[in-house]
Amino acid sequence: MSPLLEVKDLMKSYGGVHAVRGVSFTVEAGQMLALIGPNGAGKSTCFNMLNGQIPPDAGTVLIEGRDIKGLPPRAVWRLGVGRTFQITATFASMTVRENVQVALLSFHGRISRVFGFAGAACRAEADALLALVGLTTQAERPCGELAYGDLKRLELAVALANEPRLLLMDEPTAGMAPRERVELMRLTAEIARAKGIGVLFTEHDMDVVFEHADEVMVLNRGQLIARGTPAEVRRDPQVRAIYLGEGLLYDARHREGTAA
Amino acid sequence: MEFLLVQALSGLASAASLFLVASGLSIIFGVTRIVNFAHGAFYMLGAYVAYTLTTRFAGPFGFWGAIVAAAIIVALLGALMEMVLLRRIYQAPELFQLLATFGVTLMVQDLVVVIWGPEDLLGPRAPGFTGAISLFGRMVPTYDLFMMTLGPVVLGILWLLFHKTRWGVLVRAATQDREMVAALGVNQKWLFTGVFALGVFLAALGGALQIPRTTVTHAMDLSIIVEVFVVVVIGGLGSVFGAFVAAIIVAELNAFGILILPQISLITVFLVMAVVLVVRPWGLFGKPESAPRAAAGLTIRPWRPFTQVERAGVALVVVAVAALPFFLGNYALTVGAEILIYVLFAASLHFMMTVGGLASFGHAAYFGLGAYGAAFLVKYMGAPMEAALIVGPLLGLAGAVLFGWFCVRLSGVYFAMLTLAFAQIAWSIAFQWVDVTGGDNGLLGIWPATWASRPAGFFWLALGIAVVGVGVLRMLVFSPFGYGLRAVRDSALRSEAIGLNRQRMQWAAFIVAGTFAGLAGALFAFLKGSVFPDYMAIPTSVDGLVMVLLGGVETVSGAVVGAVLYKALAIWLMSQTDLSKLVLGGVIVVIVLAFPKGVVGFIEDLRHRWPRKGNGATVGATKAEAA
Repeated sequence: MSPLLEVKDLMKSYGGVHAVRGVSFTVEAGQMLALIGPNGAGKSTCFNMLNGQIPPDAGTVLIEGRDIKGLPPRAVWRLGVGRTFQITATFASMTVRENVQVALLSFHGRISRVFGFAGAACRAEADALLALVGLTTQAERPCGELAYGDLKRLELAVALANEPRLLLMDEPTAGMAPRERVELMRLTAEIARAKGIGVLFTEHDMDVVFEHADEVMVLNRGQLIARGTPAEVRRDPQVRAIYLGEGLLYDARHREGTAA
Repeated sequence: MEFLLVQALSGLASAASLFLVASGLSIIFGVTRIVNFAHGAFYMLGAYVAYTLTTRFAGPFGFWGAIVAAAIIVALLGALMEMVLLRRIYQAPELFQLLATFGVTLMVQDLVVVIWGPEDLLGPRAPGFTGAISLFGRMVPTYDLFMMTLGPVVLGILWLLFHKTRWGVLVRAATQDREMVAALGVNQKWLFTGVFALGVFLAALGGALQIPRTTVTHAMDLSIIVEVFVVVVIGGLGSVFGAFVAAIIVAELNAFGILILPQISLITVFLVMAVVLVVRPWGLFGKPESAPRAAAGLTIRPWRPFTQVERAGVALVVVAVAALPFFLGNYALTVGAEILIYVLFAASLHFMMTVGGLASFGHAAYFGLGAYGAAFLVKYMGAPMEAALIVGPLLGLAGAVLFGWFCVRLSGVYFAMLTLAFAQIAWSIAFQWVDVTGGDNGLLGIWPATWASRPAGFFWLALGIAVVGVGVLRMLVFSPFGYGLRAVRDSALRSEAIGLNRQRMQWAAFIVAGTFAGLAGALFAFLKGSVFPDYMAIPTSVDGLVMVLLGGVETVSGAVVGAVLYKALAIWLMSQTDLSKLVLGGVIVVIVLAFPKGVVGFIEDLRHRWPRKGNGATVGATKAEAA
């Protein structure tokens, strides 16, 4: 059986800048895989090529063996790929529940219907998703009023609406308070494991990465320089030189096992 | 061959003025992000002021001095407008800025007639350029040669200004990142005013320089603004060089289009613009807008369908309106029917604008197409009113299918400008295709069926169609389709990521809105008994916009309230004053400044100022959770 996500020799340059140079990796179902690297390493470019947001110059992206070449993001979504954004993108004029309902209507192929009240459609399903991410009490609120951490949760609920097998999360905890970060990622990991979803996420917070990722990939100057378990990557001298630094802080914290 | 060369030269001469006006518009947009609709008005003012000055001061020095002085005077007026009006609305949605500058345009149209009279004026010829020289055996006016060289010279001066002066560098910096420039301690206010004055100066200069070539008329503002919109759409908004190239393209297309398709010369320009938009939606030399600004209808309070009580209230109002024929006279009922038709028209535009986030500045095109569709059926096929009312709007639908396909590729101001250009093209076809449309004389004798020929009967017909139409549109707002539309409006990124096809959904909304506008237009044809090209002219489009804005963009039912208020006001004003445009323009400006959320939005704001009990508890709970 082909892996959930298989990336082969992905390339992208902007003008003379080679943002991504021959990146290959795979993601398996139920796996939490982190993509880390310094600013400008090509993480976002890489990410945006995985769901058709930007077309690669060369290389292939296979989702369960299917090439997504030429497909727009909405078609990649139909293949079972959910996505959250670095800066949250939600429907500001709707309530929290309505945000999820729209995603569900789209998933069930009912978004073009002109009859019936959308506010009553897929309600139970939407509430189940909101309960999953802990937003039940916020369902009726305009999503423009939500705190940033809750917006991130909402994005997660929306991304789960199409019962994805692969979840792409671009800096899921950026801009959140430390405790919220850990909670959101623990939630994500729980859901992913329970439903067998493969999760690929980029992240700058090493606490989050080493705590929740099954495996970590390190991207530098458009190339993958390491892949392994958090412990392996942390020990990798090249990764330390380029990204983590030589400080003993991470070692110290993670040897103690900081369960949040 | 020689003939073609001379024709090309004449095109180049026309390109000069077009370039001056278009570059002014582009420069202003680049820095202030305002599409200055009043640019055509300033162009016209430049011509009028130059006319007065050149006839007063004769001689070479007098003439050329007068041209420059006219441009400077108008530039000062422009700076004044920027300081008094635009400074207050830079933060408003771009739609409001377009509308405010349109209000100014309306006012200038009446003021020009008041000051200079309604007749076309013929100014003096340019000293030193009165003759013509023989080129390829044909006579070419020397003034044309002067204009031809002027274009590149102005382009060169602008380049030097923007690359070699400190001020120009600041302007370019502000074009790229306004916030950053402000953070670096540059006084934005005066930079904006200066840029605006420069843009207006170029427009007025373009107008003043037209004196020796054509007569000065009070219709030259709208004709130039449409051409200029086409130029900046082709060349790319914000690019001076793009304006230069596109001005030449458009002027040459005009020069040769007249040879190929004398009847409908605008068609060639339209075709080229369509091709450019498909290949490069942001124009030949423009840059794609990085982050589109908040769409027109963005609301913070989610919409709710009517409750039972509210529904009963609406039903009561409808019943009360239906009873009006028992109390009102014939004239009042005819006015009432007209208002009802505009309610439907405004509601269709509102659906597209608020729910779809597509602010059309040319919605009258579909209104007019529906009217012509009905008129054609009556005139050429002898159809009865009932059939014409059903089939006629299909012409509006067809127009929306065609134009909408191009328009939904764009967004924001580009979308607004393109819809305006299409409406103007539809208008010029109706105006120029005399054999079919009757041209300016219109099509007469489009009378309703006997049962609806009495004012009361027609009033009920209009009421029935308006209620059903508005009801259907409202149902669409709350249907899954309506939610999908709002989703693509709220966040293009997120909606694409949950599988929504933005262009297809917006195209569908465009078609729905166009069809209902067509239905309103078909009714209107029977109300008036005739059809004229003016049904699709810019003022009709803007009437619709003002109704929606007056009622409130962010509301579901604002269009209905806005249409009733505005149309009643407009009809009353028409009967009271000859200067209706001046007053209407003033009203628009006041609305934009005083009620940026419209009347219904204003009332809702008042209602929400006192939160109901229970809200506080929810907010408290959230804060506790977040902490």
